[in-house]
Amino acid sequence: MTLGSFIVRNTFRNKRRSLLTMISISFSLLLLTLMICIWRSFYVDQVAPEAARRVITRDRISLAFFLPAFYRDKIRSVQGVTAVAPMTWFGGRYIDDRPEHFFAQLATDPDEYLKVASDKIVPPDQLKAWQQDRTGALVDVTLANKYGWKIGDRITLQGTIFELNPELTIRAIYHRDPPQNALYFSTKYLEEAVPWFKGQAGWYAAQVDSAEDVARVSHEIDAMFRNSPRQTKTESEKAFQLGFVSALGNVKAFILGICGAVMFAIMLVSANTMAMSVRSRTREVAVLKTLGFTRHRVLGIFVSEAVALAVGGGVLGVAVAVPLIAGLTHRFIGLGIPFDMRVNMPTAGLSLLIAVVLGVVSGYLPAYRASRVNIVDGLRHIG
Amino acid sequence: MAIPISYNIRNLILRKGLTIMTALGIALTVTTAIFLLALVTGLDRAFVSSGNPLDVLVLRKGSESELTGGFDATLFPILKTLPGIAKDSHGEPMASGEWNVVIVLPRKDGTGEVNVTVRGMMPDGLEMRELPGANGKPGVKLTAGRWFQPGQREVVVSQSIRDRFSHANIGDSLAFGKGAWRVVGVFDAGGSAYESEIWGDVNQMASDFDRQGGFSSAYLRATDPIAAEALKNRVADDQRLKLDGVLETDYYSKQTSSGAPIRIIGTVVAFIMAIGSIFAAMNTMYAAVAYRGREIATLRVIGFSRPAILTSFVLESLLLALLGAVAGILLMLPFNGMETGTNNPVTFAEVVFALRITWTVAGYALLFALVMGFVGGLAPAWHAARQNILNALRG
Repeated sequence: MTLGSFIVRNTFRNKRRSLLTMISISFSLLLLTLMICIWRSFYVDQVAPEAARRVITRDRISLAFFLPAFYRDKIRSVQGVTAVAPMTWFGGRYIDDRPEHFFAQLATDPDEYLKVASDKIVPPDQLKAWQQDRTGALVDVTLANKYGWKIGDRITLQGTIFELNPELTIRAIYHRDPPQNALYFSTKYLEEAVPWFKGQAGWYAAQVDSAEDVARVSHEIDAMFRNSPRQTKTESEKAFQLGFVSALGNVKAFILGICGAVMFAIMLVSANTMAMSVRSRTREVAVLKTLGFTRHRVLGIFVSEAVALAVGGGVLGVAVAVPLIAGLTHRFIGLGIPFDMRVNMPTAGLSLLIAVVLGVVSGYLPAYRASRVNIVDGLRHIG
Repeated sequence: MAIPISYNIRNLILRKGLTIMTALGIALTVTTAIFLLALVTGLDRAFVSSGNPLDVLVLRKGSESELTGGFDATLFPILKTLPGIAKDSHGEPMASGEWNVVIVLPRKDGTGEVNVTVRGMMPDGLEMRELPGANGKPGVKLTAGRWFQPGQREVVVSQSIRDRFSHANIGDSLAFGKGAWRVVGVFDAGGSAYESEIWGDVNQMASDFDRQGGFSSAYLRATDPIAAEALKNRVADDQRLKLDGVLETDYYSKQTSSGAPIRIIGTVVAFIMAIGSIFAAMNTMYAAVAYRGREIATLRVIGFSRPAILTSFVLESLLLALLGAVAGILLMLPFNGMETGTNNPVTFAEVVFALRITWTVAGYALLFALVMGFVGGLAPAWHAARQNILNALRG
């Protein structure tokens, strides 16, 4: 019998205890993996090359203020900008107020929008149909599937910010990875129907010819409008989206707090189990020592058992996390949050590494106690 | 006959280490749940305690917030002539045309910029808010300095704005619109949504943001609740106006949806942690049953019935959970009243609120822990009750 199989056998000697411990640890690690995924998608992940070249120009004070239409041509004149599209959050209602019926609705310029959003794939004939119909709509394929919309279907939105209930015809359906659950229609329709909005846009999305130019272009755009009545703030699309996340509150502290609580919980559970295990095996430890196992060996055996439990729980947790997080991402996208979360190899690796470390830490104290067992007392011990 | 509860208590004390660790695990889960519940409760409270049931908020028809409203200033005199409006200290109808804008301020702790609501109001607007509410709530109180003067580039800030942002103390200047605004006073809004606002003169603000000749909203103070209801309907029905009236209290209670992201995430987190804790509690209880096999058999021989044993062990598990819940609540108490902020999707600005550990929150936490204890203890207790007496006595 090798030392490895000795440890594994001992780990699963009390099957029920090991199983319960592992399940308990697995739920904690599931949560930890989820938090790591959220953290990664917010603060670590690099965006797709097309998105990395997009910048958003908005009013410096707030998104609630519109920018004048002439800003578009001025932004276009900045060296390195290849396309500019006006974007306005319509924020209408479809069917009713319930969150499951919420999706993003934006007014833009059909002639130029897809040059900016080059990661959206639209069949050329559909694109043409959308550009030719002032009341046409471009929708995400998952959104179209959700409501059973087909090309040519008519839908009505109810305005809340604008006093307009646009009647739109689905003219084009786009594919994008990950899906986005958004609807786009012509800003001209909005401008004609809402007189006070004429000649304005919520913000401008611009495509820059290379990712290296993004910082320079952003800076130049803001400098250009510094002395105009509407000052601007230009940032990459990712930074723009992160602005919404940070508005929710201190998200970083929130995630770290949960991670801390979860890790502490794992330690408690694991240490608890190891303490129980050591307690019931006092006599056995004395026998091992009599056979010539050194104190370090005994310590190693018990710590390894704790690690085996934690890793077992970790593998289970990560295995459950994969489908769960895929499902959650789907749901977030449904709610209009376009963050792409996936359990990739580094995330799974990090979770398991944390499991190992927690196993070592939590197993150490009980194991140390076991290694200190006095042989004579231990042999006398009645479990 | 039931086994006395002191039996369980002594057993928990006997195995201190195990008891403390399991209870701590439950306490941790309870702490997380309390934290999330307290966040949502504090946020709800900020909105529920906001507004005066006598105040009718007037917005452009179809608009759902003061920020996206906006109507011509010429309509304001018509509003003032509507019946049912209370008189101000000068004997005039108590009404205030207001401008609501959102500005960006850097957080004091350097964690980024936040949208803050700036409200321009008429002198009547101040008077309205200083009066105690019809529902017995105290009005907004000036705690330092003085109120802003009409026609001056002066602002007053709420206490939490002063505490959370740099350059927001009396004597400081806040830069927004077309220049600097002097902070002349600090007010206490009693934890309502006004706690997240900066106030100044409406005409000054409108000209700074190029919105002269318009208001984003208007407030009318009705004489009594029945008049408020009638006034609200009158505003909506008047064909000249094309405006909508809403009771201020209703307007704010609709904004509690701001808590939705916290609520969703909180439920998922608390649920997953609870399952983890249930298994941990189960583990401890199984161990307790295993150690006491002979003892349980003895109890049976003495004459305690199976249901009595089952009840006793479930009780022990509940006691363990109770211990965890109490520890969790005590651990979280220092955080009661801690202020934080989140985005209000209706106003596009940050709403400041405090964590509130109310009796309801503590009650839910307790219930949450007891459910964990019950679910975790049931299977081991069942196992204990079903043990074969002879085998157990021999073991």
